[in-house]
Amino acid sequence: MASTAARDGWEVVIGLEIHAQLATKSKIFSASATAYGAAPNSQASLVDLGYPGVLPVLNGEVVRMAVKFGLATGATIAPRSVFARKNYFYPDLPKGYQISQYERPIVEDGSLEILLDDGSRKTIGITRAHLEEDAGKSLHEGLANASGIDLNRAGTPLLEIVSEPDLRSAKEAVAYMKKVHTLVRYLEICDGNMQEGSFRCDANVSVRKLGAAKLGTRCEIKNVNSFRYVEKAINYEIERQIDVLDGGGVIKQETRLYDSAKDETRPMRSKEEANDYRYFPDPDLLPVDIEPAFIAAVQGSLPELPDDKAARFVRAYGLVAYDALVLTASRELADFYEAVVRALGGETAAAKLAANWVMGDFSAFLNRDGLEIATARVSAGHLAGLLVRILDATISGKIAKDVFEAMWAEGAEADVVIAAKGLRQITDVSAIEAAIEAVMAANPAQLADYRAGKDKLFGFFVGQAMKATQGKANPAQLNELLKKKLAP
Amino acid sequence: MSLTRTDVEGIARLARLEITETELPVYVESLSKILSFIEQLNSADTASVEPMAHPLQGEVQRLRPDVVTETDQRQKYQSNAPQVVAGLYLVPRVIE
Amino acid sequence: MSLHTRSVAELAAGLAAKEYSAVELTEYFLARIGAANPALNAFVTVTPERALADARRADATLAAGKAGPLTGIPLAHKDIFCTDGIRTACGSRMLDNFIAPYDATVVERLAAAGTVMLGKTNMDEFAMGSSNETSFYGPVKNPWDLRKVPGGSSGGSAATVAARLAPVATGTDTGGSIRQPAALAGVSGIKPTYGRVSRHGMIAFASSLDQAGILAPSAADCARLLGAMAGFDPRDSTSVDRPVPDYVAGLGASLKGVRIGIVKEFFEHGLDAANGAVIHAAIDELAKLGATLVDISCPNLPLSVPTYYVVAPAECSSNLSRFDGVRFGHRCKDPKDLLDLYLRSRGEGFGPEVKRRVMTGTYVLSAGYYDAYYLRAQKVRTLITNEFRAAFAQVDLLAGPTSPTPAFDLGAKMDDPITMYLNDIYTIGANLAGLPAMSVPCGFVGGLPVGLQLLGPHFGESQVLAAGHAYQGVTDFHRRMPASYA
Repeated sequence: MASTAARDGWEVVIGLEIHAQLATKSKIFSASATAYGAAPNSQASLVDLGYPGVLPVLNGEVVRMAVKFGLATGATIAPRSVFARKNYFYPDLPKGYQISQYERPIVEDGSLEILLDDGSRKTIGITRAHLEEDAGKSLHEGLANASGIDLNRAGTPLLEIVSEPDLRSAKEAVAYMKKVHTLVRYLEICDGNMQEGSFRCDANVSVRKLGAAKLGTRCEIKNVNSFRYVEKAINYEIERQIDVLDGGGVIKQETRLYDSAKDETRPMRSKEEANDYRYFPDPDLLPVDIEPAFIAAVQGSLPELPDDKAARFVRAYGLVAYDALVLTASRELADFYEAVVRALGGETAAAKLAANWVMGDFSAFLNRDGLEIATARVSAGHLAGLLVRILDATISGKIAKDVFEAMWAEGAEADVVIAAKGLRQITDVSAIEAAIEAVMAANPAQLADYRAGKDKLFGFFVGQAMKATQGKANPAQLNELLKKKLAP
Repeated sequence: MSLTRTDVEGIARLARLEITETELPVYVESLSKILSFIEQLNSADTASVEPMAHPLQGEVQRLRPDVVTETDQRQKYQSNAPQVVAGLYLVPRVIE
Repeated sequence: MSLHTRSVAELAAGLAAKEYSAVELTEYFLARIGAANPALNAFVTVTPERALADARRADATLAAGKAGPLTGIPLAHKDIFCTDGIRTACGSRMLDNFIAPYDATVVERLAAAGTVMLGKTNMDEFAMGSSNETSFYGPVKNPWDLRKVPGGSSGGSAATVAARLAPVATGTDTGGSIRQPAALAGVSGIKPTYGRVSRHGMIAFASSLDQAGILAPSAADCARLLGAMAGFDPRDSTSVDRPVPDYVAGLGASLKGVRIGIVKEFFEHGLDAANGAVIHAAIDELAKLGATLVDISCPNLPLSVPTYYVVAPAECSSNLSRFDGVRFGHRCKDPKDLLDLYLRSRGEGFGPEVKRRVMTGTYVLSAGYYDAYYLRAQKVRTLITNEFRAAFAQVDLLAGPTSPTPAFDLGAKMDDPITMYLNDIYTIGANLAGLPAMSVPCGFVGGLPVGLQLLGPHFGESQVLAAGHAYQGVTDFHRRMPASYA
């Protein structure tokens, strides 16, 4: 039932709260490891367990990472921010409160630009980004009427990035989420691993009649951890809300969970009771002061940001905006692309060919085999070597695909594959002519028909001549010579 | 400030404290008294006064280096746990 | 040999002179505990094996000639400090089965200094109380009169020192919990500046007010112990990184020319007349020692009690949320679901006063009341702190009563929380402002001890201890002991 655009007459309003797990070695308030997948509770220290008497001490790295994010989104870095306690009871929350930031977050008032389908750009406001600790996990499998609590994740540092309600469709929401995902990985503050929950989001969705000034009642969809599910969950929720309102009902403000198996959202039972979190400043922690010198040092350490890189790709390599966006989606891909272009001498034609190959076969193969750029057997140098052979007409684009496949499998250089398989293109006129003559001699009837005016048979002769050269004849030359020879 | 039984039941529930029927009126009375007592604070002129969360004014949060020093002490730490299965703290079923 | 009448310095000298071994000294105090504790209920856990092991180690250190000033000195820890492998119950049924898996910094530092742990002392449940009657382990009796309370919440430590069951004992002070029982039991007790002593391993009541300190017969003994406890701890973000002065060396400072502020508001608000007369006499004594007395007024000081009864419950309501029956502590039998687990584990595990404060705190932080109660209290806290700051711009120390009355009857104030809370009217101000403050014995009313309170500016422990020491140089109230324990 989910359609990508809201129904006529309705406007959709979406805001996202993205939780990015900060890529620190130790937790935000304790010296426990943050590694994923350890035995249950083996990375839960006394602080993480909320033992009586133990106290939080802030990991400096999380502050640096939050400042990095703030600077990269043009936000204000609070000279003084304060940690607060958010009080509620839940078994995966050991202290009965979560240490978070409430009235005075570390980052405020940033923005990011997303690229829309029609090629235009839209600015999405970032209300705030604040530091907080993650909770543990409740496991249910194999436990009758019970849950098992694993607190390894408790105390893992999170940056919660809260957008303005500026998003108007599920597609925009996904574009924004991808943009944040790209940015946090560029900044090396989050590994972006969505399967492991390192990057997840809550979506606040409401609808209102087009032109209405007042926002509709919103529902919050909790903890969605894939781009595809975010899109589906939001679209489901939009349709659900419009159906309710069209049927004369009202939307109840509530927290909902997305069930990917059923592709639907449903109310969360644990959130049925309206919570009163009783926020107050955490007396175990002092205010976090950030000096201008610290901000300047972090500013100096920022890498080229995705938007700047994409703009440079358009400028320097003559790429279209969309291609530049795809190639800059990760630093590794952008670096790989640039290495290929550099090896090719950096000309525009070569840069465009490189873009097609990096976004095309190269990315497709990575995807197919579930590999990272670093672990693929085709290096930037190898790929450039292949493209050189296309550019100098040693092989055709079609043959190049076969060469690439062999390079991918064997880790060999293009020239080695071309030589070993004898794939070098035939450009010797006499050799091509000989092949054409042989084909003409073998097919007198077709030759007669062609010469009698059956032009469609030209393709037949191209095919036969190619076959005779095992596909290696230079296609342009072949065409030209064929025309000449076949002429009556 | 006078609290009702319903108020106190609500507070007790928020604080996750079971209060018996016999205890309830005692808390209604004493909490009401305490709140009335606290209302003396209204006599102070707090206009333009900054709130104080901490006696260490001027001190700021110290930052810890990002280093892992904790080791696995699960067995020791779980020796105080009421119920543990396969390294997990056991609770009645959590419904999301 | 009556070793219990000796000061810490004298005990150390005796050890150094091989007059007795640390083991003998330990056995001596263990025997006193064995004899007196059934009536006093000052200790909830006695740890003879640990004590003797500590003592043997101390003897080895002494024999090796590596002894420090506290090597082999027995002491008792308030049962709010976590002690590795030893039950740490905090006066609560909630933690009746709780074996701490680590040592508090205070415990660790005093152990490293060579002290011998005799056991853990009784206290009000989670340090919430002014009479030691809220303990799950029953009330502590005042050694001066077994029908009276010893004060609280460090009542077990105060009674222990008063009856000389240990030469010294640790305590914690959130609103007067060292000073008020010190006063009521006739011993000296100091609460240092907030941040001076690490809170790591001290079970939190109200994090922005809690501070560990020491109870001992004299200011000099307090100085000796405090020096070993104090100092920066990277495990506590509120611990201040600032050198610890030599408090013992500072004891010699004279009171000549020292300006002592007499805060008008300390002599109002329910101060018992006889108590007041004793305090005035003590202040006259300070003047005779050369101090200049200056009249001071802190008009908002009377609001310290209502301020405290917003701030402390708010913080405690949150601090005590970790006691949920999941990872440690009391768990109800056969919980039918998660909510039931929480409600009954906490309902059964906490006593009435703790529940009352948790509920008060929950209420003042809840939506719609935060500004009216919590935020307002934080602002009044600023006003009170500013008044103290202004006072310390004029004077070096403040002096006044520790408690409005001497020790009262067991049970007398249990039914009326407000009357009980008002016991702390003179002590709470120092906690709100984070100031160091001490109570020293300064006389008797009806055979019960009275305490003089001395307050200093932030990190002014040396001046406070020196003033107490000077006073004790010309008086002997700190040497007096209840007859049955003399």
